[in-house]
Amino acid sequence: MPTPAPLHLAVALDGAGWHPAAWREPDAQPRRLFTAGYWTELAQQAERGLLDFLTLEDGLGLQSDDHFQADARTDRVRGRLDAVLIAARVAPTTRHIGFVPTAITTHTEPFHLSKAIATLDYVSTGRAGIRVQIGARADTAAHFGRREIPPIAADRRDDPDVRQLIADHFDEAADYVEVLRRLWDSWEDDAEIRDVATGRFVDRDKLHYIDFEGRWFAVKGPSITPRPPQGQPVVAALGHAQVPYRLIARSADVGFVTPRDAAHAAELVGRIRAEQASAGRGDETVHVFGDLVVFLDESKAAAEARRQRLDELAGTEYRSDARIFAGTAVGLADLLQEWQEAGLSGFRLRPAALPHDLTQITERLVPELRRRCLFRARYEAGTLRERLGLGRPANRYATA
Amino acid sequence: MTKQIHLAAHFPGVNNTTVWSDPAAGSHIEFGSFREFAQIAERGKFDFLFLAEGLRLREQNGKIYDLDVVGRPDTFTILAALAAVTEHIGLTGTINSTFNEPYEVARQFASLDHLSGGRSAWNVVTSWDAFTGENFRRAGFLAQDDRYERARTFLATAIELWDSWHGDEILADKETGQFLSTAEPGAFRHKDTFFDIAGHFNVPRSPQGRAVIFQAGDSDEGRDFAAASADAIFSRQSTLAAGQAFYADVKGRLPKFGRTRDELLILPAATFVLGDTDAEAAEIAHEVRRAQVSPATALMFIEQLWNTTLDGFDVDGPLPDFDPVVSENLISKGRASVRQFAKDPVALAADWRARAEAGNLSAREVVIEVTGRQSFIGSAVTVATTINELVQADAADGYILVPHITPGGLAPFVDKVVPLLQERGVFRADYTGITLRDHLGLAPLDAPAIAAAG
Repeated sequence: MPTPAPLHLAVALDGAGWHPAAWREPDAQPRRLFTAGYWTELAQQAERGLLDFLTLEDGLGLQSDDHFQADARTDRVRGRLDAVLIAARVAPTTRHIGFVPTAITTHTEPFHLSKAIATLDYVSTGRAGIRVQIGARADTAAHFGRREIPPIAADRRDDPDVRQLIADHFDEAADYVEVLRRLWDSWEDDAEIRDVATGRFVDRDKLHYIDFEGRWFAVKGPSITPRPPQGQPVVAALGHAQVPYRLIARSADVGFVTPRDAAHAAELVGRIRAEQASAGRGDETVHVFGDLVVFLDESKAAAEARRQRLDELAGTEYRSDARIFAGTAVGLADLLQEWQEAGLSGFRLRPAALPHDLTQITERLVPELRRRCLFRARYEAGTLRERLGLGRPANRYATA
Repeated sequence: MTKQIHLAAHFPGVNNTTVWSDPAAGSHIEFGSFREFAQIAERGKFDFLFLAEGLRLREQNGKIYDLDVVGRPDTFTILAALAAVTEHIGLTGTINSTFNEPYEVARQFASLDHLSGGRSAWNVVTSWDAFTGENFRRAGFLAQDDRYERARTFLATAIELWDSWHGDEILADKETGQFLSTAEPGAFRHKDTFFDIAGHFNVPRSPQGRAVIFQAGDSDEGRDFAAASADAIFSRQSTLAAGQAFYADVKGRLPKFGRTRDELLILPAATFVLGDTDAEAAEIAHEVRRAQVSPATALMFIEQLWNTTLDGFDVDGPLPDFDPVVSENLISKGRASVRQFAKDPVALAADWRARAEAGNLSAREVVIEVTGRQSFIGSAVTVATTINELVQADAADGYILVPHITPGGLAPFVDKVVPLLQERGVFRADYTGITLRDHLGLAPLDAPAIAAAG
């Protein structure tokens, strides 16, 4: 039996944890959610666990239990800091872990985000990425007043016009990523020459207009920020259906999917590979990670009891787009190993409660995976791309 | 107590202030350069550091301008990273109000303020040209006349967003399960010609309540805008007479906006050259100016003012004897100095010719004289004395120092001039406050009145 390849692990950080009542746990720190110290500690804990990268959720409106509109709850964590700035604030206090904040493509400028992520790559020495997400909420659109997004009623979500709207948002996201990538290449690596003899700081022949024109925006370029250390920071996207799988396949380096079980995982990987082939990216590495919400404790019974207790505190049973695992590190390792064999190259774990479940990941799960030769014993030197086996891409504009 | 001096440090951007050819010149993109700069400034107990903003690479004659530093980090991102490697110093960034939306800018500054423990500041500027707009969704542009209205309304909207959280919304009561004291935190509505937005701001009130507001206005309208809404002005008048005139004028406008003299600081940008003696400093300064204005750079400036290419022009000879080409179409795009030149190029050219005549100067020498003169040249004692005298004479409330070698060029000022000011009791020996408002002597903001429920 061949040695299984090591798998990749990311952790998804959001507020006090993914369970809506996590903020009420004794070890939760809900008053510190808007401080640098809180996020620094979580990132450093994740780094102690040798995790590949962390993601940071974000949005351009208040969080809501309803994906399509605001709710008026007062018993949930509400309010959040800009994820790119959290990443920039925390990255210099770490040395290895990657940072993949979330950005909303529907309402922001790709030119601004491209230089922001390029700068994150500089301040982290090559550990930056971005998770692109569409913004389909009508109330968020009203924060900008630039486009009308109709409210989507719960019972209309599968209507053809709603599906078309969502598909349009994803097409825009694909254009947005294309602009990011062109801008990251708009400076060749050696554009800065500091040539005293001719008085030229840059070789303008190594700076390129990107001349992007699309339905939602036109961007001239070049970027105002030189080529990032990784060349192309890592692009990630979360998908639950064919349209987002297509985005992952066309545009991303890492896709997060939400399989129910190993067979479903295999099916999703197959669908993404098929889309990759259609997009002409069949020979490129596109990681497919499984997202899982995790409640981890010393016994399955303890984990299930904690989940139950949190559900009671929250007043509703917590439901997720991702499979919810409640059990031990050993049990989770069994699941991850099974799903890896089904074709996933890694996992993005969503800790139900912070810091508890993150600590369980780094102090229980990771050693168990190492015991099975499924995870690294130390960080190798290098960038986030290198850690993900992605290599440094050639610049699309370089001619020589 | 004697009037205290405020000092700040600007990491110069993409213009010819930076002598990049000097062996001591560092990177303008590597984080280490910015970290070193910030830590030198903090060692010097400076109030804040300041970074400008890049929206499009500058061009002249249709080609990317390559003689000066090109390439810089994103302002918000680098300031957040600098918050990680400093503890006290303020973090000021230029962010434009044209190619941005208030909701996003307000949350970015609120986030920076949280992540830095209350050290954020915003230099509000307004671009308006189509050239820059080609990088953005809202690719159109403002009419120049609208720029202050746009800036005013953008800033007013951002303030409403910041004030939409009063500071008492987060209960985080684990026992009762109440995270929020209200079901409608951050509720806002704003409608005017430029912005029609409503909903909920999603960042709780930050340590300072708002970013400290900077503005760089010189025109009558700009001075009023600053007097009405800014906490500090970046000004250009670094000499005694001009400084006093500007100071008196702007501070004199405060009462009509219900504000007192200490609510607005006047902070000119200032370059410096230090030497062991005044004479040595003068010599070094002359060499620095010649390095900043190379023959190629001089030609670029002359072409900018004359608004035409000048093939074969000899910068060691006289200025052109014909008038500048007055046209809406400017050959130089994306740089602020162009706007100065374009105001009345014929008059300015005549002024340059007069200087050439008076000083028997070549074209290049005229450019050196009009574009490059350093504010403070001398020994550390001379520079410290000058700065102190200017501040005590109300020509300024302090200075934003711009070194020509980055990042290390700030160090001689910090090591030699600052101690002299500290000894004289006119500059802090150490930080006493926590936020940038504290360093600037600005009173903390009152929390907005708690709105009646419903």
